[in-house]
Amino acid sequence: MGIRVCGISKRFGDFLAVDDVSFEVKTGELIALLGPSGSGKSTILRIIAGLEVPDKGEIYLRKTQVTSLTTQKRRVGFVFQHYALFKHMTVEKNIAFGLEVRKADGSFIRKKVAELIDLVKLQGYEKHYPDQLSGGQRQRVALARALATEPAVLLLDEPFGALDAKVRGNLAQWLREFHNQLQITSIFVTHDQEEAIEIADKIVVINRGRVEQMGNAREVYENPDSKFVASFIGRVNVLDAVAGDGRVVIKNTPYAVGNPDAAAMKDGDVVLLIRPEDVGILSGPHPYAIPVEVRRIHYRGSHYEVDCLVGSAFLRLIQSKNGFDSLELSEGKKISLVFNSYRVFEAQEGHAEVRAKLKELGYIE
Amino acid sequence: MKSAVNSKSRRKSRSSTPGDLVLRSLSFFYVFLLIVLPLIAISSRAFSGGLEGLWRNIVSPQALYSLKLTFIVALVMVVVNVVTGTATAWVLVRYDFPLKNLMNALIDLPFAIPTVVTGIMLVALYGPNGLIGGLFGRHGIEIMYAKPGIVLALLYVSFPFVVRTVQPVMIELDKDMEEAASTLGARPLVIFRRVVLPSLTPAILTGAALSFSRAIGEFGSIAIVSGNIPYKTQVASVYIYGELESYNPQGALGMSMVLLICSFLILILLNRLQVWNRRHEHAD
Repeated sequence: MGIRVCGISKRFGDFLAVDDVSFEVKTGELIALLGPSGSGKSTILRIIAGLEVPDKGEIYLRKTQVTSLTTQKRRVGFVFQHYALFKHMTVEKNIAFGLEVRKADGSFIRKKVAELIDLVKLQGYEKHYPDQLSGGQRQRVALARALATEPAVLLLDEPFGALDAKVRGNLAQWLREFHNQLQITSIFVTHDQEEAIEIADKIVVINRGRVEQMGNAREVYENPDSKFVASFIGRVNVLDAVAGDGRVVIKNTPYAVGNPDAAAMKDGDVVLLIRPEDVGILSGPHPYAIPVEVRRIHYRGSHYEVDCLVGSAFLRLIQSKNGFDSLELSEGKKISLVFNSYRVFEAQEGHAEVRAKLKELGYIE
Repeated sequence: MKSAVNSKSRRKSRSSTPGDLVLRSLSFFYVFLLIVLPLIAISSRAFSGGLEGLWRNIVSPQALYSLKLTFIVALVMVVVNVVTGTATAWVLVRYDFPLKNLMNALIDLPFAIPTVVTGIMLVALYGPNGLIGGLFGRHGIEIMYAKPGIVLALLYVSFPFVVRTVQPVMIELDKDMEEAASTLGARPLVIFRRVVLPSLTPAILTGAALSFSRAIGEFGSIAIVSGNIPYKTQVASVYIYGELESYNPQGALGMSMVLLICSFLILILLNRLQVWNRRHEHAD
């Protein structure tokens, strides 16, 4: 076991930032703490590092209880969103800092720094100051500095958050390869679900200071436990519907969706979450066909995205190029849809909030 | 550097109207009249007796002594000021406590009080009949009309310099840097010495240079607290005044030239420091 977080809580004044959070990271794993901003994910990371003291709960690193240890004694590597490099020191000096304060031998320090500079591919930049480097280079220096003292775990707080999209993608990929090579137990915090899905072994979804769900990317994406997870991870359509008599009927339409899990459902207002790729276009009759009108077609290079009007709501679906051509889709055309997979949640469960989040992410209008 | 180039080209590209021309000439003339002309006047007067005469005045034993004393008390003051000023700024920036706003406001008081009044206040407290002065006096320690009194007066009048130059830089300090150092195993003292202090150094030196230049020119408070005893407590500025009073303007001019040159050197130093400071700030 690499890291174990047991029931930690942390309050800032009236604000409960972390609420009874527990999870485990196996040795050598790379996990993502994923959540919207203000969800408490960074606070959890800072508590693990000892930069914040939890009100309750315990932290174990490599089976040792470290809750009462100072940051200095925990031997964690920490990478900050804004690099936090020592501005008045060269790249070399930054990387050597941890070894120097731990009174390592001079020749050992030189060897280790050279090794790390090779590892993060910054040969030739040894004598540069941080302000002479690009964002991506600075973050690599920060990583090398964090690794210099050979920490038991590596904690990265939004490590790519301050970089532009392209550099971010490259660096995320690089971090994954880097992790495969070093196998150091790592946690990284992010609000970017694509980044989490791309590089993490396991995702811990955090919302309002609590763990919403834990699992590998596929589990979290395909079997979301809550509406929050479903809407936060990946793209999703949200439809209002009414449940009753074992049927789920889309609001403002007479159409029911197929195969509702009647046992698990209460009657009343519900919300349907359907991923765009789970919406199928029918070419023949179907018991649960939903007639819609094509309103807008977006060309996306490798595929098409199609917005349809269902009752009074919009629904987005994805079509491959071939499928699109054979169906001869055009704006204004009437077609029939079927939901191959969807999830039902009670409408009361913070509906407005999910909608706001989706709007912010640009998934709905 | 880049912005300087930009602003220059922007200024050039704008065509100047007659109004611009008048304003520019007027402000140039004003600066010349107000600041440069007196400098020329004093220099020409100082050199009227020839270089040799000027030199003789500067190296007179009493002049040399007052000059040496001026520098020594100024240096002692600067050392104390750097430590207390940095500590005060740290307390104001990093801690919350009752009456913090009041304390922050009090820092600037020495600038607002006329320096002669400062001198009189200090005599009232540290003089032979003062509360603290009397106490020390009974043990044979003189504060007023002695060197400690001069240092005290200088400390009082220049206290705001270091605090007020360091404080804004301290507020802007990147706390992440300190946290990064602590995750790397550095203890608070090491963090302060190796991470915080280097970021503050340009600001501290600026504050030190400003208080030093203030100290070598300070007259009002020192005239009151020093007693002006030649070869004991007479500093350069008071020496200049004394020479004028005893109808020796050449002596006053000689010392004035020395102080002027010092001021110029400090001005150049401050300029350099500012460039350094800016480089530090931009290293983000």
